[in-house]
Amino acid sequence: MVSDTSTSLRRTPLYDEHVAAGAKLVDFAGWEMPIQYAGIREEHNAVRNSVGIFDVSHMGQVETAGPQALERLQRLTSNDVSKLPEGGAQYSLLCNDFGGVLDDLFTYRLSGTRFLTVTNASNHEQDLAWMQHHGSEFDADVNDRHADFAMLAVQGPSARALVEQLADGHLPPRFHICQRTVAGVPMLVCGTGYTGEDGVELLLAPEHAAPVWQALVAAGAQPIGLGARDTLRLEACFHLYGNDLSEQWDPISAGLGWACKEETGFIGSDVIAAVRGVGPERKLVPFVIDGPGIARQGNQVVGGGEVTSGSFSPCLERGIGMAYLPPDTTEPGTRFQIDVRGTLRDAVVERKPLYRKDS
Amino acid sequence: MAQASYPADLKYHAEHDWARIEGDEATFGITWYAQDSLGEIVFFDAPAVGTVVTKDEQYTEVESVKAVSDVVAPLSGEIIAINQELSSSPESVNEDPYGAGWLVKVKLSDPSEVDSLMDASTYEASLS
Repeated sequence: MVSDTSTSLRRTPLYDEHVAAGAKLVDFAGWEMPIQYAGIREEHNAVRNSVGIFDVSHMGQVETAGPQALERLQRLTSNDVSKLPEGGAQYSLLCNDFGGVLDDLFTYRLSGTRFLTVTNASNHEQDLAWMQHHGSEFDADVNDRHADFAMLAVQGPSARALVEQLADGHLPPRFHICQRTVAGVPMLVCGTGYTGEDGVELLLAPEHAAPVWQALVAAGAQPIGLGARDTLRLEACFHLYGNDLSEQWDPISAGLGWACKEETGFIGSDVIAAVRGVGPERKLVPFVIDGPGIARQGNQVVGGGEVTSGSFSPCLERGIGMAYLPPDTTEPGTRFQIDVRGTLRDAVVERKPLYRKDS
Repeated sequence: MAQASYPADLKYHAEHDWARIEGDEATFGITWYAQDSLGEIVFFDAPAVGTVVTKDEQYTEVESVKAVSDVVAPLSGEIIAINQELSSSPESVNEDPYGAGWLVKVKLSDPSEVDSLMDASTYEASLS
C-alpha cells in the first residue's frame, strides 16, 4: 500500500501542479512527491513513445567554485574531472575511504572554475557535508545550491523538439549543457536524463518552475511520476542509489568501473584499484524473469547473491531487475533462481540495457 | 473503474477484501480502495484449487508494478475455483474489481463467520 503523507514532508515548487494533475503523492526521501498521475504503465509508455515531464526538484545541487575547483572535485569524485570540458556533463561516484559508494552524481562544468553537481535527494545533506569537509586543502568553496534550483526532466523521443520549440536556440547535445531561455525563463539546459530516452534536464529558479511546467505540459509533455521513473531507469539499467548502490558496494562490483579513474587519486581510489586488480566477489548484472512472477529488492539468489532492484517491465511485460551475483555466474544467458517470498523463480542474466528501442 | 464504488450486495473485510455470499459458497476479491492504492495490477499468483484458507489470514498476493501486496481471506473455507482469466488480464482487478476481477471462489467451512464482516456503508465509512 502507498504510505500516507504527512505535513512534515518537504514540497517542491510544483506541488500545486501535481495536486491539480491528480497525482498520488508519497513520501520519497522526506519529500512529498508524485508517484503516479494517469498510471505507471501509461506514463512509462508516454516516455518511450513520445514525451514526458518529471519534477525532480527534490534532487540536490552543490556548487564547487574557485581557482582549484577542478582539483577539489578530482579528489572528491571518481571520474577524471580534467576531462570534463566547459559546458560538459560527467557521471561519477562519491566514495568513502573504503571505496564504498556514498552517492552517484552528475557534475556540470559551468566555467573553468565553477562546477555544479547534482545529488540524490536522500543523500544531499550528507554529500554536502562530506564535500565541504574533504578536499579543504584546495582553494575552492563548496556551497549548497539546492534552494536556488527547481529541476525538471523532459524525456522521450519527442522531448528535444518539444523543448526546442519553446527555446531561444538549439539545445545542447547529450552530456553537454548550455544557458537558454525556455518559455521566457532563463535556465540551464542539460543533455542528460535517467530514462534511456533522449531528452534534457532543466535547472531553473524555483519561482519560475510552475509556469515552465505549465508551458511544457500545454505543449504536449505528459506528467510522469516516480513510479514510471523507476521502471524506465530499470529497463535502461541505470543504478538507483539505496537499491543498487550503497556504502556496502564498491563501483567495480556495481559495474561502474568505467566511471572510476583511480590514477586521479580520488578518495577511495586505492581500495577500488585493488578490487579492480583481483576482481570483485559479486557483480551487478541485469536479469529477466523467465515465466511468471516479479522479483523485488532484497530477494535472495539461490547459490549466493541478492536482488537489489526488481520490478515489472511495461515494455517487456515481465519481471526484470538487477542482482549482485557471484562473478562466475554473470555471463549473459546464465540461468539462476531467485527466492521470491518462498517461490523459486527462474531468471536469466541479460546484457545492458534490458530495453532498447529497436529490440 | 475510475470512481470509488462499494456494492451493497457484498460483505467487506477490514483488510480491503470483499465477499459475495451465495449459500455456503463465496467469491472473494479486493475492493476498489485496495486496487486504487496498489495501482495497476500486473500479476496474480493464483493459489491452487483445494487450498484451505483461513479468515483473517493471507491466502495469496497480487502485484502491481511497484509493489506486492498480501491478500487476506475474509472468510474460511476451501478454494473451489480460481479466476484463470487473470493470468492473461490481471488488469481486470483494476477495471472491474467486483466483476471480471474476482480472485477465487470458496466453499465456506463456517458460514456464520459472515456475521463478522462489514456491510458496504460501514466499510466505506471506515476508509475516511
